[in-house]
Amino acid sequence: MFLSMNWIQDFVDLSGLDKVKLIQRFSLSTAEVENEIFFKGSDLSGVVVAEIKSVENHPDSKKLHLLKVDAGEPELTDVVCGAPNVRVGMKTAFAKIGAKIGEINIAPRPLAGFTSYGMCCSEAEIGISDDNSGIMDITDDVPNGTDIKSLYQIDDIVFEVDNKSLTNRPDLWGHYGIAREFAALAGRELKPLDVENLSAYDNLKKVDMKIEDSLCQRYSCMQVENVTRHISPVNMRIRLFYCGMRGINFLADLTNYLMLEMGQPMHAFDSRKVEKIRIKRFDTPFTFKTLDGVERNIDENTLMICNDNTPVAIAGIMGGLDSEIVDDTTTLTLESATFDSVSVRKSTVRLAHRTDASIRYEKCLDPENTTVAIGRFLNLLKKYDNGVQVVSSLTDEYAFHYDTVKLDFDKAFVDRYTGIEIDNNTIVNTLESLGFKVSLENDNFSVVVPSWRATKDVTIKADIIEEITRIFGYDNFEINTTRSPLYPVRMTTVKNNEDKIKDILVKRYNLHELHSYVWAYNDELKALEIPVEENVRLANATNPNIEVIRNSIIPTQLCQVNSNTAYAPEFGIFEIGRVVNGLDENNLCIENKKLAITLFSKVKDIKDLYFELRDILAVITDDIKHKNITFKACEPEHSYEHPVNLNKVMLDGVEIGKIGIVHPVVGKKIDKKASIVFAEIDMNVFANSKDKGITYSEPSKFPPMDYDLSLVIPEGVLYENLTECWISEGRDILKNTKIVDTYDTALVHSITVRFEFSSNERTLSSNEVQEIMDKVIENLAKIGVNLR
Amino acid sequence: MDEKILTLKEEFKDTLSSVTNLVDLEKVRVAYLGKKGSITALLKGMKDLSVEEKKVFGANVNKLKNYATDIIDEKIAELKELEIQHEISSMPKFDITSPADLTRGSYHPITLVQRQCETIFKSMGFNVEDYSEIVTDYECFESLNIPKHHPARDMQDTYYLENGQLLKSQTSAAQNAILKKYGKRLIENGEPIKAIFPGRCFRNEATDACHENTFFQMEGVMVDKDISISNLIFFMKTMLSEVFQKEINVRLRPGFFPFVEPGFELDISCLICGGEGCPSCKHSGWLELCPCGMIHPNVLREGGIDPDKYTGFAFGLGLTRLAMMKYGVKDIRDLNSGNLKSLSQFTDDEV
Repeated sequence: MFLSMNWIQDFVDLSGLDKVKLIQRFSLSTAEVENEIFFKGSDLSGVVVAEIKSVENHPDSKKLHLLKVDAGEPELTDVVCGAPNVRVGMKTAFAKIGAKIGEINIAPRPLAGFTSYGMCCSEAEIGISDDNSGIMDITDDVPNGTDIKSLYQIDDIVFEVDNKSLTNRPDLWGHYGIAREFAALAGRELKPLDVENLSAYDNLKKVDMKIEDSLCQRYSCMQVENVTRHISPVNMRIRLFYCGMRGINFLADLTNYLMLEMGQPMHAFDSRKVEKIRIKRFDTPFTFKTLDGVERNIDENTLMICNDNTPVAIAGIMGGLDSEIVDDTTTLTLESATFDSVSVRKSTVRLAHRTDASIRYEKCLDPENTTVAIGRFLNLLKKYDNGVQVVSSLTDEYAFHYDTVKLDFDKAFVDRYTGIEIDNNTIVNTLESLGFKVSLENDNFSVVVPSWRATKDVTIKADIIEEITRIFGYDNFEINTTRSPLYPVRMTTVKNNEDKIKDILVKRYNLHELHSYVWAYNDELKALEIPVEENVRLANATNPNIEVIRNSIIPTQLCQVNSNTAYAPEFGIFEIGRVVNGLDENNLCIENKKLAITLFSKVKDIKDLYFELRDILAVITDDIKHKNITFKACEPEHSYEHPVNLNKVMLDGVEIGKIGIVHPVVGKKIDKKASIVFAEIDMNVFANSKDKGITYSEPSKFPPMDYDLSLVIPEGVLYENLTECWISEGRDILKNTKIVDTYDTALVHSITVRFEFSSNERTLSSNEVQEIMDKVIENLAKIGVNLR
Repeated sequence: MDEKILTLKEEFKDTLSSVTNLVDLEKVRVAYLGKKGSITALLKGMKDLSVEEKKVFGANVNKLKNYATDIIDEKIAELKELEIQHEISSMPKFDITSPADLTRGSYHPITLVQRQCETIFKSMGFNVEDYSEIVTDYECFESLNIPKHHPARDMQDTYYLENGQLLKSQTSAAQNAILKKYGKRLIENGEPIKAIFPGRCFRNEATDACHENTFFQMEGVMVDKDISISNLIFFMKTMLSEVFQKEINVRLRPGFFPFVEPGFELDISCLICGGEGCPSCKHSGWLELCPCGMIHPNVLREGGIDPDKYTGFAFGLGLTRLAMMKYGVKDIRDLNSGNLKSLSQFTDDEV
């Protein structure tokens, strides 16, 4: 919304103050002002009122005229002019030699064989409207040579307020409300509005009007006739133009002017078309042509203004074409009303038609304002068209009253909220300057909220804090830390685990953390021949590529790997992100947080890569939980899983995730030669496992003893099976086992296991070690494992 | 016999002079001085000599023996020295100026910025909370003083799911749960609620260089008996100065958000020009950074906390925006692109 400083100053005297600084304060205390401030008229000088004394056609040009104009100087001035509307006796805006219009400096200028000593200007050229159809037609009776800037309010400071920052302030949708803020900020008086005394017409007949629907809160109307003026006063048109509106005709301009001044939308009907005003909804949908000529579909929820049963306007949004004021309108009915804000907003959305009126109605306008606006309208109407006759009394139905909002609080409440000292006097003055009624007794405040703030904006004590502090100025706040007692930070295990895992993966394994989206990537997955698995869907996705919420991060990572194959011959990526695994019994999403890792390599063979990933998982678990993970072979559930070497990852006997190789169909799509492995771990299940902590064992002071066994491993026997052969035989002196050598041929798989014995109490004898090893060898033989 | 000694001595000298390494030298030592060595053998041939002769001959052989031992030791030292010299001279000169291998992993830039914020807030006693991405209407709106048909709902284009839940459009969706989680300790022990909750948020809107449907925020709340606007400004200023590692000026402007009252827009002094005015701050000297405010009494009440006894502040910092500002990422879509060419650059960045 654009605001004119001249208009604001109609209501508050800001003389002697820096206007730009005031606007900046307004931005910090009331509503956001856009950066660019417009200094209207600052690029215009030397333009005066001049009268055309003679008009001659140019001998060679059909368009050009040769004029002699009286610019208030002793001699007439020769001007060549191309405007079509020149006529003798016409007064216009004339840029003299030496005048400035924007970037143009007016100088004598040869034009089609003649010299023009100045320029007659259109309204658009001097920047007061967008009318460029001809030169300006000045009807005011002023001496020739009068500076146009002394005649009209061309000089102005115009600024734009971000509409979004006004959503909660219905009172700021007109200049009068804005002026109240400037008055409060500047510490000056707000002047009362000049309004017509409406009670003077009480003896006239009423308008036939009835509210038949509770969505209309208040409907006020009045009839006038004999409006003869068609064109608005120049100053009014300038203000409308500066505030972003086009001049139409005097009556339409005046309703717009009232809306921009008071924030109250108004409408004028031709009284011949609207004799019996009824406000209601219809049971069945129909179409309705609004005054912009568009046919609109009206449904049973849309409130309409009707002439008995014929709709004439969409309440709060736009009037109808048929009841609009036309050239031969003599009697008009003025409407000033308020409607239910939610209803207007929803109708706006349904109609996909937002208007300057509906934007205001959505904000909960003050119903107290409807009659004031009529009074103001009549005041201006009569001022600019003195033949106007009021032909009805004020007809006003006030169906819904907002409650008066009274708030009680004390000084301590203000102190607690602000954390600084603002004295009672400042509090009272601030609130009173904003229209609040305040009484103060022993640090206890009792405040009555003005009606224009009481529709929804100021309802609780905390709202009062905002009023006091914003006018006080946040820049004036002393900044203090709290005096709250100290307690230790309580970190969650999931969060701690997450941080450590990221560090391990990045720092030790050189993996890259990537982020992705929570939905399955339809198109990308299709390219990899991975079907999107059924899961909960977005209800209002606008893009078909992102409909289904993912149930695993792995498919997403395969897409990411696919788009990064050129990055390096070998890389690994990970993400800790969310997936949804169906709905629970309450129809709520089962959301899980997962760690997903995918490794890609064109260098390593699949076995090395697979074990690398296995080791990563083992290190993570050992580092964070000081525990071992185990594995359980499982069947594939997803199309991208290779059926061989697919394992559940187990911790404390509970499944925490899965490790596997990418199915060759998918793998070949990504890269024909690369190895790709993946793992996915459930972060919450992982976090639930308790950290066993470090178990320290003192190094033995006695010599250790190693014993190596080279074993031939038959197919189907796992290392896990081997360990069962010695796990219970160690008699506390078998401290560790490890593989020190592997030997594989096409036929034989063989490993050398080193058994590390030691005792903290004594030197071991070779006999006791041999005894244990004999037993181990015997156990191994039972499962078919023999020495090489 | 003396002649024999002399011949052997000459022979020994000859042999030794041709030795160039320690292995050969050892062979020479064994050949002359070993049990079966030729010098040792001289003594064995002494049995035919007279006592007098034995005495003289023995002494001469011993002389030779000592001579040989000394000269071998000398030779050892000499060869060892040579060997070290050789080792030194054979060490190739490396080109230290060749490019270093910097291959290593990377964090997502959001993780880095998030950690920086977390570190600062943890140091000031704030708990770090985690919250789900899929929430209910109650969590995201109702509990935050945004009833059905509230215009504020229009301000956010929310992704709804088929089952009626939604993808959280703001981290404030966790406020109610946080207030309930810590409320008991506040009321019973007087332990203030201090928590931050970073998380992903979603808005159903078209993406371009400045707009994403998936982005990160970090919400923070503090509730205690006398939490004030003055405190809020302090925490925001402190945190932001730490994040950017320089003095940051902040300013508040009134802003309307249903879950705070008073509500503010927080601006920071422009990072590029420091407040002088430049193209990146549109010559205003300020950048709009995050909404914040005093928690609305209805929100406190809904979280089980009596607004007549307690006050609190809340803020919602755009982590994505912060990361972009900090690292000069111009296109927001790069962050979720999965493109290693851009994302592998964020190796680490501790505060």
